[in-house]
Order: sequence, then structure tokens, then C-alpha cells
Amino acid sequence: MIRGFLHRAVLAGFVLAGVLVASMMQQARAQQVVADLSRHLVAITTGFIGTEVLLFGATDGDGDVVVIVRGPDRREVVRRKDRIAGIWVNAGQVSFNAAPAFYAVATSRPVTEIVPQRLLARHRIGTDNLDLRPGAAVDAKLLAEYRAGFIRNKVRKGLYMEKPGGVTFLGNRLFRTNLYFPANVPTGTYTVEVLQVRQGRVVSAQTTPLLISKIGLGAEVYRFAHRYSAFYGIIAILIALAAGWTAGAVFRKA
Amino acid sequence: MQIYLPIAEISLNVFLLLGMGGAVGFLSGLFGVGGGFLMTPLLIFTGVPPAVAVATEANQVVAASVSGVLAHWRRGNVDFKMGAVLLVGGVGGSAFGVWLYSILRGLGQLDLVIALSYVIFLGIIGSLMLVESGRAILRKRNSGAGARKLHQHTWLHGLPFKMRFRKSKLYISALLPLLIGFLVGILSAIMGVGGGFMLVPAMIYLLGMPTITVVGTSLFQIIFVTATVTFLQAAHNQTVDVMLALILLTGSVIGAQFGSRFAGRLPGEQLRGLLALMVLAVAIKIIFDLVTQPADLFSLGTAGGG
Repeated sequence: MIRGFLHRAVLAGFVLAGVLVASMMQQARAQQVVADLSRHLVAITTGFIGTEVLLFGATDGDGDVVVIVRGPDRREVVRRKDRIAGIWVNAGQVSFNAAPAFYAVATSRPVTEIVPQRLLARHRIGTDNLDLRPGAAVDAKLLAEYRAGFIRNKVRKGLYMEKPGGVTFLGNRLFRTNLYFPANVPTGTYTVEVLQVRQGRVVSAQTTPLLISKIGLGAEVYRFAHRYSAFYGIIAILIALAAGWTAGAVFRKA
Repeated sequence: MQIYLPIAEISLNVFLLLGMGGAVGFLSGLFGVGGGFLMTPLLIFTGVPPAVAVATEANQVVAASVSGVLAHWRRGNVDFKMGAVLLVGGVGGSAFGVWLYSILRGLGQLDLVIALSYVIFLGIIGSLMLVESGRAILRKRNSGAGARKLHQHTWLHGLPFKMRFRKSKLYISALLPLLIGFLVGILSAIMGVGGGFMLVPAMIYLLGMPTITVVGTSLFQIIFVTATVTFLQAAHNQTVDVMLALILLTGSVIGAQFGSRFAGRLPGEQLRGLLALMVLAVAIKIIFDLVTQPADLFSLGTAGGG
């Protein structure tokens, strides 16, 4: 009786495993690139000084890999200084309605060698191909200047980057790249897009989410300051009063 | 050891911040100055956004003033009536200042206005202090004290709404302290200072208050004005970083203790001259940053109102 049950269980197990393998093979055929992150949550804690996330994956053989990381879109303002009465003053500004707060591209070879211009624009590969639309109509030549200035500042802050050759292959199937997020990284839901490119065509793609969020005391302080800002102000004053009082008491003894 | 400051949204070294708090606290203990006018530029130099530096420093000045006022209160050197009148003006001024602050921030001109205010006030105060201490040193060498007139009647005494301030032995128009309070309140909101460096001379020279009640009374009013600024900045602009304020506070409390112990032992006038030179150096550094062409003419700004 018991032996019969075991037989049936083992048999069922084999069947199940067979189905699983078959479906995985089917999936692998449909999706030639698979990739994952070493973690899907980057926690900004009190000691946060920037961090690396490992992206790893495999392709079905030849071709190149392009990894695009995008932070949440938001309105960004870029200002231009001019010399007025001897000092440098913000004199003009352009706002972009929906610029990614963070943007990084890593490729296995210089991107122009593997993807034609048409595709670069379509997939928004590289900072030159970002879809930055100004909030108000601006003269085209001026807009180009502001756009370049915006990207230059973002690159300097480590929030925009391009890493040709940043994706390394181990053998001809496995690949990896380190995604770096600096201390000032904006919070939100990021998307990590992995494209497999062969003969100038995107043959396969996969998108993985990545959450960057403040966690711990610092996060609580930030959330509190923004959600209950009046209450936060009162607490800030009370802390200062208490600290001042304590210091005064210590002074008296000393 | 790096610490992530939740409102400033940058990582800074804790020991650097403690050291800055300690150094400025030492100076404030030594000279009896608030220290806000040195701390705010220092914070900006280390990379804290000016908007956050100003608002956070106001919070720190609250604590520094409380510990200072206690000692004066015990000795009965606080003119509460005068303090209250200054305060009414101060609260109005700080409300106006915080409103101005958020408008300027939206326009992208806040950093410039903060820098210019510092250049003007540090420049004036540094030069005055330098001249004053130079004169004092010379006077000591020549020996022979210069007497100052005790009381002078000017048009200021003809203004309406006269009030009697018993403690300060004054009978003057309430409009004058109201106006002084208002102007210092604006400075407090925009520069993140207590405004003692403006208030003390104004009380002595414009109001004619006796020196003994000036320091205690100014500290008393500064507590409330900086508390108002802290509250309004937190509620309106969300730029008060409690974490940063606490670290600075810890450093400055310890520094101030050492400073006040040293105060009696060191030659006062020479030190005052040194402080004046430091104040001028900070002003010159800010001017330098304003007139040299920035490496990049473009900069990222905060989108309308934060």
C-alpha cells in the first residue's frame, strides 16, 4: 500500500519535472537573453555612501549586450549663469518635463559599433538620445546648449553615465556588469533593460525592476519632514530647546 | 565615518561636522557671538545645499541661544518687555523672510541672495570689528580711556507710541524696537543667523539700552525668532535637517565650553582682531566665488518651489 503510493509519487514527480524542463526550454527559445540583479532593493540607510549592484545574465550565443538603467522621470531645471555687474548670476533657465532622474548605459562594445543610429534613438540608448522635452518653447540652438549643460551636470554628479565596454562576457554566453549608484542617487522605481543586439538588430530584450528607497532612521526623518512638516518643525525646536537647556545646566556646574 | 543626512541628501564625515561645530562653538564661547554667521558659510563650503544650511543653522542657533540666555536670566539681565516688543517685530520679519526665501528659491536666485547678504554683512561687521580692535589696542598703548556720551536725544525720540522699559531705564517709541526686530527677523530667515551681530549694536546705539541688559535681551529674542524661522522653514520649505543640527550642536556645545574657559586668559583685543580677520576672510572667499567664472555656466536647479 505504502510502496504503491511512493511509486505513484515518484512517477508524478518525474512527470512534473519533465513538464518544467520542457517549459523552461520553450521559454529559453523565446527569450534568448536572461538577466537578473544581485538585489532588487537598494536601501539608503544612515551610513549610505553609494553602492554597486551586480547585473548578470546569459545570452544564447553571439551578439552584444546593452544594459540601460533608468530612474523615475521627473521635472528637472537647468540654469545658466551670466556675468552681470561683475558677478556670475543665474540668468536663464530651461525645464525638462520628464527627464530620468538617473540614467546609465553599459555595453559590451562601443555602442556605435553595435547599434545603428536609428535604433539608438528608438531605444533611447546613450545620453544623446534621451527624450528631453522643454517645458516651454525654446530656440533650437539655445535648447541644445541647455541640454548639453544639463547632461554634463548630471554626469558630474554621477547620475548619468555611459560605460562602453562595461558589460563583460565570460566565455561567449555569460555576461555581467556592475551598476554603480552614488550617495546622492534619487529614490524611486528604476527599470533595468537588457537588450541583446545581433547584426544591428535587437533580437531579444528583458526588463527588470529595481527599487531604490530610503530605509531606517534617515528615511523616517525625511518622510516625517515632508508629511507632517509643521509637526516636524515643532519637534526640531523642542530638540534644540532641550539640548540648549542641558548645555546650560552643564555650563553652570562647570 | 560618513553619515547620510536625510534632508540635505548628501553623505558627510561625522567628525568633520563635529569639528566644525566645535571650532565655531569655541569661537562663540570665546567672543560671546552666536556663530551662525560663520557656520552657515562653512556648511555651504562643504557642499550642504545653501537652502538646507540656512534653515538648519537657524535650528542650531535656537539651542545655542537657550544655553546662553539661562546664565543671563539668573543674573537678572534680561529685559523681557523690550524682548517681547523686539520679538513681535522679529516674528513678523521672519515670516516675511521665509516667504521671500521660497520665492527666491523658485526663481533660482536664493543662493545668490544668501551669498550677497553674507558678503555685505560679513564685510561690514568684519571691517568694523577690525577698526574697533585696532583702536582699542592703540588706546591701551596710549593709555587714557575715551568716554562715550551716555544719552543723546535725537529725532528717534520724537516718534509716537512711547513705551516705558523699566529694566533698561528707557522711555522710547515702540516703533523703533519693532522695526529693528523686523529687519533682524528677515536676516535670520535668509541668512540662518541669530542676528545678534546686528541686534546688539542696534540696541546699544539706536535704542540706547544699557550694555548689561543688551546681551541677555538679544539672546532672549533670538531664541524665539530662530524658533519661528525653524518652524516656518520646516513647514513651508522642508529644509531643516534635524540630524545635521544635532551633530553641529554636539560639537558646538563642547567647543563653547572650552571657549568660555579660555576667554578670560587670552588677550581680548588681539583675539577680536583675529576674529575680524576670519570674518573678512570668509567674506572674501564668497566674493571670490561670485566673481570668478564658474567651471560650468550651467547648473541644476530645484523645480519650482522644491
